[in-house]
Amino acid sequence: MSSNQTVSTPPAPSDIPPAPSDTRPAQSLRPPAQSARARWTTRIIGITALVATGFTVWLGLWVTPPDVTQGNLVRLVYIHPGVAWVALYLAFGLAAVSSLLYLWPRTRSLFWDRLAAASVEVGVVFNVCTLISGSIWGKPTWGVWWAWDARLTSTAVLLVLFLGYLALRRVPAEPEVRAKRSAFVALFAAVDIPIVHFSVLWWKTLHQGATVLNANLSPTIHGSMAWTLLLGFVALTLVFVWMLLVRYRIGVLEDWLGTGELDVALRERQAEGAAIDEDEAA
Amino acid sequence: MWRDSLLVAGKDLRIEARSRVGLSQVAPFGVVALVLFAFALGPDRVLMAKGAPGLFWVAVLFCTVLAVQRSVSVESVDGARDGLRLSGLDPAGLFLGKAAAVAAQLIVLEAVLGVGVVLLYGAKIEVPWLIVASCVLGTVGLAATGTLYGALSAGLRVRETLLPFLFLPIAAPVLLAGTRVWQAGLAGGTESYGSPWLRLLVVFDAIYVAVGIVVFGPIQESA
Repeated sequence: MSSNQTVSTPPAPSDIPPAPSDTRPAQSLRPPAQSARARWTTRIIGITALVATGFTVWLGLWVTPPDVTQGNLVRLVYIHPGVAWVALYLAFGLAAVSSLLYLWPRTRSLFWDRLAAASVEVGVVFNVCTLISGSIWGKPTWGVWWAWDARLTSTAVLLVLFLGYLALRRVPAEPEVRAKRSAFVALFAAVDIPIVHFSVLWWKTLHQGATVLNANLSPTIHGSMAWTLLLGFVALTLVFVWMLLVRYRIGVLEDWLGTGELDVALRERQAEGAAIDEDEAA
Repeated sequence: MWRDSLLVAGKDLRIEARSRVGLSQVAPFGVVALVLFAFALGPDRVLMAKGAPGLFWVAVLFCTVLAVQRSVSVESVDGARDGLRLSGLDPAGLFLGKAAAVAAQLIVLEAVLGVGVVLLYGAKIEVPWLIVASCVLGTVGLAATGTLYGALSAGLRVRETLLPFLFLPIAAPVLLAGTRVWQAGLAGGTESYGSPWLRLLVVFDAIYVAVGIVVFGPIQESA
């Protein structure tokens, strides 16, 4: 509503002269500071993620042997389960928990809202990667790009649900209103996922059972392959954490820009007023 | 809570009885959808009878979107939403009432569509209780989730486009389960095949009705 009241479009922030009448410190014109520790943590996690990913690629493509039955296709196993783990459990689990924490009155803080938003956005990227890598594996193995199996279908529904979440976030609103609304949508989606999963589980299931997290927790693959698989999980988790931190920071800057723009517009108006006053005086 | 819900449901149904939007627009839309599905599948009656359960539920889902939009828009004029909040009605009762009104309209609509499916697609109902049970249980779930999302999108200017996008994936289990139960209840199905899906519908209904009762108040504050 407030944007409708601004009639003319404001010029770029660099063109705006400082308003002579405004003696407030230009605090909100500068982005909110990030502590050195936060900056370095992000950097170190980013570098570690890069190194771990590099090692996974090296181990996965050159060191490990091809599989007896699947040949080189098995190398997708170093990426696909890791990506799926991040997308389906880590990202969306974190989004659901932080949405819940936002809604809980005692822990209500925009921190949880931004964390949920960042988590969903990164999770959607990983979700798409899960579906793509799964398709690449599915075509030669099952003979089809897409199979209506329980996990594939619930992954796709999850993607659509969280695309809806992101669409809702794009609707302009006060930060608190948007946060509350988004948190509800994230929670409804989180409640829906087990139901979707069980309902599609009763279809004919093509997907192979869980390899690492099977019932007795004893991995059914061995040696260098198991280690590469494990490293893949670690690397992709680190990539997720790094992307999450960067996205969170972008969220902070976006919110600052939202309020900062209004401040810039106000100063510009004040400058105009001062100029008119000077003209009239002269 | 129950008295409040009856009041609200009565109010919504009275509005519907006087304006007849559901009867003159939503139900005909459902029939149009059935005809379009028939065009898409071609004149093969065997294929149509086979697809009838799924097509019925897809039509119901689309009509639910319209019914929910209508249920939200009757509150959006003349500050009706603020009036409802000021009225001191229990939010849980408000939720149950709005959902019950949507459900009542959907049941009528499903009867129309059911007759349409039997007449147009040549579907033969073998086990009527399965068909009726799936309609009742599916309707409760659709009305509950629809009302929740309707309330969430109530204040938004992009409501018309956002609501289907948010609501339809959530309602996917109802489509799945409803279709399976119908397959079990129509000619050529196995009766025992329907009961696990009916249980799934019961779980879906219980979860979302409970969620709605708990969160409807907070949702209204944020809209």
